[in-house]
This record gives sequence, structure tokens and C-alpha cells, in this order.
Amino acid sequence: MEPENTITDDIHQTLPALYQSFGKRHDSLIPILQGIQNKLKYIPKEAISIIANELSMYESDIYGVITFYTQFRLSPVGQHIIKVCKGTACHVGGAETVGEAVSEMLQISKNETSRGNKFTLEYVACLGCCSLAPVMMIDDKVYAHLTKEKIKKILEEY
Amino acid sequence: MTMGNREIVVLMGTCGKSAGADRVYDKFASALKAKSIAGVELKQSGCAGLCYSEVNVRTFRDGKEYLYAQITEDDVEKFIDSEIIENKTYMEKILFEADPVDDTALFPKQKRIVLRNCGKITPTSVDDYIAKDGYKAILKALTMPPEKVVQEIKDSGLRGRGGAGFPTGLKWELTRKNPAPEGRYFICNADEGDPGAFMDRSVLEGDPHSVIEGMLIGAYAIGANHGYIYVRAEYPLAVKHCLKAIEDAKARGFLGENIMGSGFSFDLKTKEGAGAFVCGEETALIASIEGKRGMPSLRPPYPAEKGVFGKSTVINNVETLANIPWIILNGGSKYSETGYEKSRGTKVFALAGKIKKGGLVEVPMGTTLREVIYDIGGGMAEPEYKFKAVQLGGPSGGCIPERLLDLPVDYESLVKTGAIMGSGGMVIMDERSCMVDLARYFLNFTQNESCGKCTFCRLGTKRMLEILERICKGQGTMDDLTLLQEIAKKCSTSSLCALGGSAPNPVLTTLKYFYDEYVEHIVNKRCPAKYCKKLLTYTINDKCIGCTACARKCPVKAISGEKKTRHFIDQQKCIKCGACVATCKFNAIDTE
Repeated sequence: MEPENTITDDIHQTLPALYQSFGKRHDSLIPILQGIQNKLKYIPKEAISIIANELSMYESDIYGVITFYTQFRLSPVGQHIIKVCKGTACHVGGAETVGEAVSEMLQISKNETSRGNKFTLEYVACLGCCSLAPVMMIDDKVYAHLTKEKIKKILEEY
Repeated sequence: MTMGNREIVVLMGTCGKSAGADRVYDKFASALKAKSIAGVELKQSGCAGLCYSEVNVRTFRDGKEYLYAQITEDDVEKFIDSEIIENKTYMEKILFEADPVDDTALFPKQKRIVLRNCGKITPTSVDDYIAKDGYKAILKALTMPPEKVVQEIKDSGLRGRGGAGFPTGLKWELTRKNPAPEGRYFICNADEGDPGAFMDRSVLEGDPHSVIEGMLIGAYAIGANHGYIYVRAEYPLAVKHCLKAIEDAKARGFLGENIMGSGFSFDLKTKEGAGAFVCGEETALIASIEGKRGMPSLRPPYPAEKGVFGKSTVINNVETLANIPWIILNGGSKYSETGYEKSRGTKVFALAGKIKKGGLVEVPMGTTLREVIYDIGGGMAEPEYKFKAVQLGGPSGGCIPERLLDLPVDYESLVKTGAIMGSGGMVIMDERSCMVDLARYFLNFTQNESCGKCTFCRLGTKRMLEILERICKGQGTMDDLTLLQEIAKKCSTSSLCALGGSAPNPVLTTLKYFYDEYVEHIVNKRCPAKYCKKLLTYTINDKCIGCTACARKCPVKAISGEKKTRHFIDQQKCIKCGACVATCKFNAIDTE
């Protein structure tokens, strides 16, 4: 099967359950997009036109919502997502070094995916673990009191 | 062997988990099994706010409570031997021994209302919450006329804890007065976006039912039948605990149709935010709930009149709501006994940065900043570095210098300094933090998060950021400072919402209290905190053993020297990237 078809299939398989939970309404757009992204890790272009059609919305409006919120991505990501916290406490505690260290170790910069499709590096405003600064989150797990050595060990675990 | 009625509680908020609470919990489970000890209940709880001492474990013995700190997997066996088998305190890691009913010994100078259950109950157990007088307040409220409930909150003097400090009772009353033939909405704002604040996360993770109960009481008081908890997606554990709490409350008849046979119905859902700071602003939050781009809109009409889906709406913050059940149970006048002038009750602060005991503290309004930072927070994390400033209120707030530390924390006193109470984030900085860089950091944040609707917020933040970046690189001029002040003033007066309105605060407060530091950067091209890399001069001292690591790392080949002899940096070639400092293992590179 062509890869394009697989994505469309995935979208069609994911949507009915989301409509069931949240309703096929305009105000459900964000939860629906979140559902798609939870499943596919990004929002494929194809999804925008399918959802626009089914919710009777303009594609441009949906695109507008996607680009407004930092959570949404329009391109595929690696197996694991690294979110480096850029909160105040992390900044004061050396978040810049954390980001640089991850970038250097994986040879990627912000919003890029490492070779072998393993990690994607993102920055987030604040993870709310300020007294453990500096922190980063890999998938749903938060890592605290980071140092260069610690980051290296953590990345090796994956 | 059976040890009657013992409990081991592992505190497992997001902070606890990242310190390894999951592994400690699993280790306890397997060790209890391996030692064939029965009758000990292993429980999970939220965060008690003692984040600096994670992983925390709590146990009770002979009517006393024992709180342990920094427990690792290696402690578990010894802990069980001592605490459970020998009935003795595990001395190595004990933090407090206290009377379980009286929190004052455990948390001196604090008064815990919002955090009353955090770290004590299992957040996923509705029974645990009920055992701590949970859902008693809503049962009491349901026997009162709604006006009386509103009056009780007005009497308490409670003001919104999200930042603006609008009186909660008055908000409810104004909403009630608006005719709402199509019904009303009650919303909990859990979009805690201020970097540096994490009390809402802790409350939702550690005691979600108290927020739901607060919402129920509010919804009953204003006559709302639908509600949302708008919670950040960056807080997965808080989302999970909220969903579970809603489900359990429904199963017990506290949510849904005809609650406890009262005829009052309330349907509650969660909405996950999608990562936009501006959505903490109420009109933007409403747009986001409706599925749109989270852009603020002009008020009036206020949400009380026209809110979600055009219907009359109340929006309260998590911390505000967690106070409500306590007020209904104990009375508004009892609540207002605590406090200072126009700020009544308590406030939770999130201590972070260069402080010894980072975490959450809840203090009566009017406590001084010095008491919070030194008496409760233990002072500086590394006492050899002097206190420089405390940043209050996140990107909308400001930096307060040492000489103002005796200010009482209340809404009005803090506004006078140019900072704000905000949601209660306190980031403590020592002399190694550069105030110009900090202003730059916040402007970078607000510039990114500005929704772009108002010109001065969209462009003004960008221009201010550019100026600050210039100053940090040593390319600023004294005229830049005048320009900064001018843009700041226009940005705060010409923006629709609080994001743009308060975005200049970090610039204005640092200019006000740390003007000399700006001048140093501009005139003498020096960063007194030695933070701004472009303003530093790097030299190699005699600790250098000639390992050549820095020379190999230097991207512009500015470092030269023979192997095993001291190296030198060519100042003409040096681009001040700091790579050599990061590489050197011998502290051989000086910065000035």
C-alpha cells in the first residue's frame, strides 16, 4: 500500500472514537486535534481537510487553530519527544546548557529529529517542576536536576 | 508477620516521581512482600510542597506522624526494619516528627488551607477525601439559599488567586445578577502558564476533589449547571487525577443530575489546553474552550454577562476554588480572621531558583517576603553567593531587590513595587543572575506568547526584546534606555489584555531597581553578574595543565599552547562563546 493511504487510513480509524467522546462540533476541534496528535504524534495535512469536511469548517480556520497553539505539530516526529523546560527557575538554573547539551549529543536543534528517528527536541515554556530545575521531559516522564553527565546517561537509557 | 494498622505513604506528585518516587514505591511493595509483612498499607499521595527533599515518605506510629526525606531505593529495607519491625524512627532520613493533627510543627509560620490535604490523602481515592470532611461543604451549601453562600464568600474577603485579585464573592454576585435564561457556566482556570508557579499543578495532582467541590459550591451559588476544568496539557498527571476524580464524584452522586436529592444538577468536563500562555486570560480561555484560536477580546461584556458560548460564566482559579469548601465549613468570618488589610486568608507561593528549600509554602497574607524566603525557605541555596532579587509573578511581574524584602505580601503592597502577586511564583536569584538578561528572558517569553492582536504587544515586545539583546551583547546605547521606557509605557496602555499590559513589568522593575547594572552593560561593556557571555573576557590561569581539551573545542582556534604547558587565548580571535569554560575540568579559565 502507498504510504499516503496509510496515513489517511489512520486518520479515518482514529476519528470516529473522537467524535463519539467529544461530539462532532466546532468546539470539539481542539480535543479532536489533540486526539489525532496523541495517536499519530503529529497532525497530517490530510487530517485537516478530512476534519474540515466533516465539521463543516474552513481548512484555513483549522490551520489557524493548529498554528496558534504550540502543542500542535504539522510534521512527523521521532519515537520519543524531549521537551526541555525554559521556565524562569530552569533559566536561572542553567536551562541553556541543558538545551545545548541535548543538541550537541543528538546533533539536532529545536524541532528537529535525530538520526534513526529516535528523538525530537522541543522547548516548552514551563513544566511546573521549578524546584527541581533544570528539568526536561521525555514523553511523559520528567527528569530533574540535570547536568551534562546526567543527560548523557538518560539519553542512553532510551 | 502482621503489623496491625500501619501505613507507609509515598508522596508521588510529578516532582516526587521525577525524583524517583515510582521506584521507591515499587521497592516498598516488593520488600514488604519479600519480608512477608502483612497489615501494612502502602499508599500513594500527592506533593506536600517539600520539593527540595523528595522523595518524601510519611508514616504514623503511636499517634505521631513521621515524615522522611530523600528516601531512595537503598533506604527501603532499612526503613522497614526500623519503622515497621522495630517500631523505631529511621534516624538517617527523618525530617520531622509531628502531631498529625497540628500542621504548625511540620510547617512553621505557615497556615495550610489550600494545601490542607496535599501529601496527606491519596488523590485518586474519593473515600480518602471524604474522610477528611470532603464533600461536607457542598452538602452544607445545598441546605443554604444560594444568596447566603455568596454572602459567606463575600464575608471571607477571598480574592482571585490567579493574579488579578478580584473579589470572588463579588464576581459570583455580579454573575448571579445577570439574567441568564439559557443557563450559566462555571469554569476552573487551571491553565497555570506562569513559568515559576506550580501550586495549581500540585493541588490538582494532590487534592483534585477539593477543586471539584469548590466548583460545585460556586455553581450552586450562581446557578450554573455546566462546568469545565481548563487544564494545561503539560500537566499529564493533573489531567489524569482530574478525570479520575470527576468519574468518582459522579459515581458517588456528587456530580450529575439532582445532586444528593437537592434538585441541583452540575455536569463537569475537562478541557485540555494546547500550550498557549495567553489562554490563562479569561476571554482567551473562553475562545479556546469554544475551539477557536485563544485570542482575548474586549471587555465589557465581561464573562459574567457573555462568557462561554455567549452565556453568563464565572471563571475561578484552582487555588481560589480550593479555599471555597474550607470557607463554607468554617465560615467566611473565620477565614477573614487571617490576612492583612484588603488581602484576607492565605496565599500559596512556589519557591524556586537559588533557594535552599524550594517547594510550595502557604502563608497568611501579610507575611513578609523575608520570612518566606529566609525563615521558611531556608535562605540561599549556596550561602556564599549573596541574595540579589526575587522575581514575583512571572512574566507579568517584577524583580524585587533586597531592601524591599520586609514588605508584607498582599495584593496592594506588591503592586506598589511594580511587581504583582500574580499566581505566586517566587524565583530567588543570587548575584550570579544578570538582571538585564532576566528582563531579556521574560521579553523573549512574552514576545513568543503574544497572540498578535494588539500592535504594541505584538511589535512592542519584539522591539523591547531586540534592545535588551543588544544591551546584553554590549551594543546598547544610553538612548536605548529611554526608548525602552517609552515602548514599555505604550505597550502597557495600548494592549487589550493583561499579557501585553503587564509584559513591560520585568523591564520596568529591573530598570527601577537595577539601573546601574544596565549602565554597566552599556557604558563599561561589563556584566557584573558575569552572565552575559559576550561581555566577558576569557583568560587561562596557571591551573592549566595543558590537556589541550579547550584548544580542540574552540570553534575559532583562538587557543594555543604546547601540550602539558599552560595555554593562551588570543583575544582578537575569541568570539566569547564560552565553550572553553564548559570543557575545562581544572577551573583554569577565568572570566572577567
